[in-house]
Amino acid sequence: MSEMRTRTVKDYSNAPLCLSGRGVTRAFGLGEKRKLAVDHVDFDFHEGEFVSIVGESGSGKTTLSKMLLGLLNLTEGQILFQGKPRDISTGRKQREYWKGIQAIFQDPFSSFNVFHKIDSVLLDCIHMRGGRHLSKEKKIEMMTEACSFVNLKFAELTNKYPFELSGGQMQRLMIARIFLLKPRILLADEPTSMVDACSRATILDMLLDLRNETGMTIIFITHDIGLAYYISDTVYIMEHGRFVESGNAEEVILNPQAEYTKRLISDVPKIHEEWDLSTVDLLRAE
Amino acid sequence: MGKIMLEVKNLKTKYVTRFHEDVYAVDGVSFRIEEGKSLGVAGESGCGKSTLALSMMGYYFPPLHYISGDIIIDGTNISGMKPDDVRKNILGTEIAYIPQAAMNALNPTQRIIRFVTDVIRAHDPKADKKEIRERAEARFAELGLPRDVLDKHAVELSGGMKQRTVIAVSTILSPKVLIADEPSSALDVTSQKMVIKMMRELMEKGYIKSMLFITHELPLLYNVTDDIMVMYAGQIVEKGTAREMVFDPVHPYSHGLMGSILVPEEGTRGSKLTAIPGTPPNLKKPPQGCRFAERCKFARPECRYQAIPETDFGDGRMYRCLLGVDQLKEEYSHE
Amino acid sequence: MKNTLRQVFHAPKFVTGFVIFVLILLTMFIYPLVNPGNPLEMIGVGTFAKPGIYVSMYDATNTSMETLRLPDADDKRLDKLLSQTDRVSMIDWFDATGVDITGLDLSDTDTLLTLWNANYDPTVKPKGMTQAKRNYFKRLDASIKQINASDTLIVSDQAEDGTLTEVRTISKTDYVNTSQVANVKALPLGTDNFGRDVLKELVSAAGTSIQIGLIAGAVATLIGLTLGLLAGYVGGTCDDIIMFITNIFTVIPGFVLLILISYSIGQEQRGASVVAAVIGLTSWTWTARSVRSQVISLRNRDHVNLSKLSGHSLVRIILTDILPYIASYVVMAFILQVSSGILSEAQLSLLGLGPKTTEVPTLGLMMNWAMLYSAHTNGSWWAYFPVILTITLISFSLNLMNTGLDQVFNPTLRD
Repeated sequence: MSEMRTRTVKDYSNAPLCLSGRGVTRAFGLGEKRKLAVDHVDFDFHEGEFVSIVGESGSGKTTLSKMLLGLLNLTEGQILFQGKPRDISTGRKQREYWKGIQAIFQDPFSSFNVFHKIDSVLLDCIHMRGGRHLSKEKKIEMMTEACSFVNLKFAELTNKYPFELSGGQMQRLMIARIFLLKPRILLADEPTSMVDACSRATILDMLLDLRNETGMTIIFITHDIGLAYYISDTVYIMEHGRFVESGNAEEVILNPQAEYTKRLISDVPKIHEEWDLSTVDLLRAE
Repeated sequence: MGKIMLEVKNLKTKYVTRFHEDVYAVDGVSFRIEEGKSLGVAGESGCGKSTLALSMMGYYFPPLHYISGDIIIDGTNISGMKPDDVRKNILGTEIAYIPQAAMNALNPTQRIIRFVTDVIRAHDPKADKKEIRERAEARFAELGLPRDVLDKHAVELSGGMKQRTVIAVSTILSPKVLIADEPSSALDVTSQKMVIKMMRELMEKGYIKSMLFITHELPLLYNVTDDIMVMYAGQIVEKGTAREMVFDPVHPYSHGLMGSILVPEEGTRGSKLTAIPGTPPNLKKPPQGCRFAERCKFARPECRYQAIPETDFGDGRMYRCLLGVDQLKEEYSHE
Repeated sequence: MKNTLRQVFHAPKFVTGFVIFVLILLTMFIYPLVNPGNPLEMIGVGTFAKPGIYVSMYDATNTSMETLRLPDADDKRLDKLLSQTDRVSMIDWFDATGVDITGLDLSDTDTLLTLWNANYDPTVKPKGMTQAKRNYFKRLDASIKQINASDTLIVSDQAEDGTLTEVRTISKTDYVNTSQVANVKALPLGTDNFGRDVLKELVSAAGTSIQIGLIAGAVATLIGLTLGLLAGYVGGTCDDIIMFITNIFTVIPGFVLLILISYSIGQEQRGASVVAAVIGLTSWTWTARSVRSQVISLRNRDHVNLSKLSGHSLVRIILTDILPYIASYVVMAFILQVSSGILSEAQLSLLGLGPKTTEVPTLGLMMNWAMLYSAHTNGSWWAYFPVILTITLISFSLNLMNTGLDQVFNPTLRD
């Protein structure tokens, strides 16, 4: 822990808007069973910003991420992409939008088609960026570069299947994919929750490098408030489909205002501060 | 030094895969827990910590097989016992086990009182209903569980409540050792805290005499147990008090593990996380020398083939590395 | 892929089923080469000739003979002549006339005949014996006498005016070599009611039935797979409509539908492939339902989402991201559909609604004919039992293959 990195939080409020939402809502069910998974949330994500959305299970963070990706329709409200209302009404417009936003999912084991080799996963990315006409050597060069960015050796991966890799390696391959695609926005949905602590650090560092090199906006969805604090510039705390608090990571975590945020932080076990067990009452009906 | 509640001596167990290959998941593990103490087991997935928990019960069913070693609970060696004897005389009274998905193990068609009855009757077939209910009500009240839980079905309870109920039911016979394998990992942080608080109360009130707590969440382990041991590839690589292990780890693997802790506390943001490249070795053919050598930044050529001695400090602290403490500390300071 | 195939061919159940099925297929291809000709040719005039080797009597008498003096020839002749019923009847006669038969063994032909010749008297009318029974004894006596009577038979030619000219005498010690007889016909399974060679017919019928099963299975799997994929992946209204149709087909008993369609098509139009198509058209529902439920669970998997984000088209996603995942399941469903197709054809044909009867035999038709001509009541087991055995063997091998595949693809089901 000798090398302390100075990572004071940069102010992004003047950076150009990348993705924003106004009154974004998603309901599931009908009639009496109708439930708002995401309840009129507003947000502004700026170019180059590292944003975390923190919430416990059932808070609606995954539903929100699916809507941001355009995989789920909004019940109400609108999402603005680079300042203009997002239009993904046709297949062509959808494909255009997805050139600008990509994702890394939680479970690396279900993120890959087990019947496709690693080469074809990466080649697909090159083709998507309009590189179909490139020579074979050029394509291999690009894939090798992407793999070395995430500390993998392309020569060792070629002709292998994704399931032959470990969870951490698969997530790194996912990052290599993003490196090739270079979208404006990356949505990472709990990318480290299923990998070991030792590999987690590598993945987080790679995400930071990716942001620093390409200036893409990263939206990081997590349940781990410590992780969000470590990695992000801005955090949004989500409870029952609403943002209860948002802002600069330092401010929100070290000086929380909302009751929910305070409770969340106090309930997480820590190592320097005393973990106060008296804040929970065993008799309290859950 | 208190009375020794649990002692494990050179325990070795293996899995047999469906291709009839042996996986040596627990390979020569020894430790002891004193009365009133708790021991935490940390390590990444596949290091053998859950297998250790299963092996501890002295109750083996395929694909898990016992090879050698002793498990001594309060003076009784249970490792050579027949499965039936273990089930009748050991489980519940001497040792209780709570797996991660324990809350999903409750049969949804039965009321909670039924499980309590089953546990008590397994030990004492003549116990009558009224006595069982009184006993359950008293214990539930002490552990802060509402009395009406007893007459509910598992599906009516929330996740956290279910997990606490399972713990209360499995410890109703006041076992000497409680083995908890990730008991709170599937829960949200508030429920997790309640589960931990309840386990601490069990300990303080003497309903369990000792505890083996397994989790991959290091900050949680630090706050729950007295001692921590780190497992890697089926072996213990380092053991010590929780404070020593988190703030002053010796073994390169524990050093890396502790360097990856993330907590929402001041200072975390600026720190650099330690990353350990590579993957754990294949336990079908464990490496000859140090099992961590392949991934170790400080590995010497001899690490790969020499037998690695355990260095014991005598006060419960030990580590398994060819390098001396000073050598390692020196290396860490250059990082 | 290679690995999966290796695993499949190491599963004992699959291999057993596969071997049986391949043996049946090989028989279907090789037997017609050995024994060519139309399987429906009526070679016999009578019905239900027993299994065995048939030697032309005409040719045999015209074949050069050898003399063999076999010591037990007479005994064998008598043995063959005196059936078990005859022997029991002889005992009846002895009982009725009060002959002492203590210690008599039924299989001891010599003693029996000696007793008979000594005691039988056609003029005696034992008490309570009917005239018919007495006539039966007279006939029995006559035939026993005949064997003993002459040592030779005379074969004669009949001229136009009716005079018989002796062509040849055949003595009891004359033998012909079957390989020298011009016409010897082996009928291992005899003939059926129309006098057709059952084995030849059976081999051809098994082929047709497997064809019907394959066509029915292919039709059912194709329809079920397409509808299941669409309903599961597209979802929404498309799903509702497809499931509505599927539910209707599920609620109406498939077999009743099959009978109605078969009947309305009419005997003349029902070729084997039409029947196969009809069976396929009524049995796709469960494939559709189970494919749909599998697709629904796959639809929300991350690799499908990722494929969408990569801008792949609906068809491409279904073909590359969904279909390979359910392929093993579809193969298993197909095998079961083939098996049930064969059984459905048998059921339909048994009811007389199978393919038209003049062109090709099927296993079901053979059963139908055997039933119509009471093979099961007159003891002609060879007309139906081998058919049942073949149907059982085919569906057994297919189901075994299916179970074997199941064990490979769902390792959790093992043991």
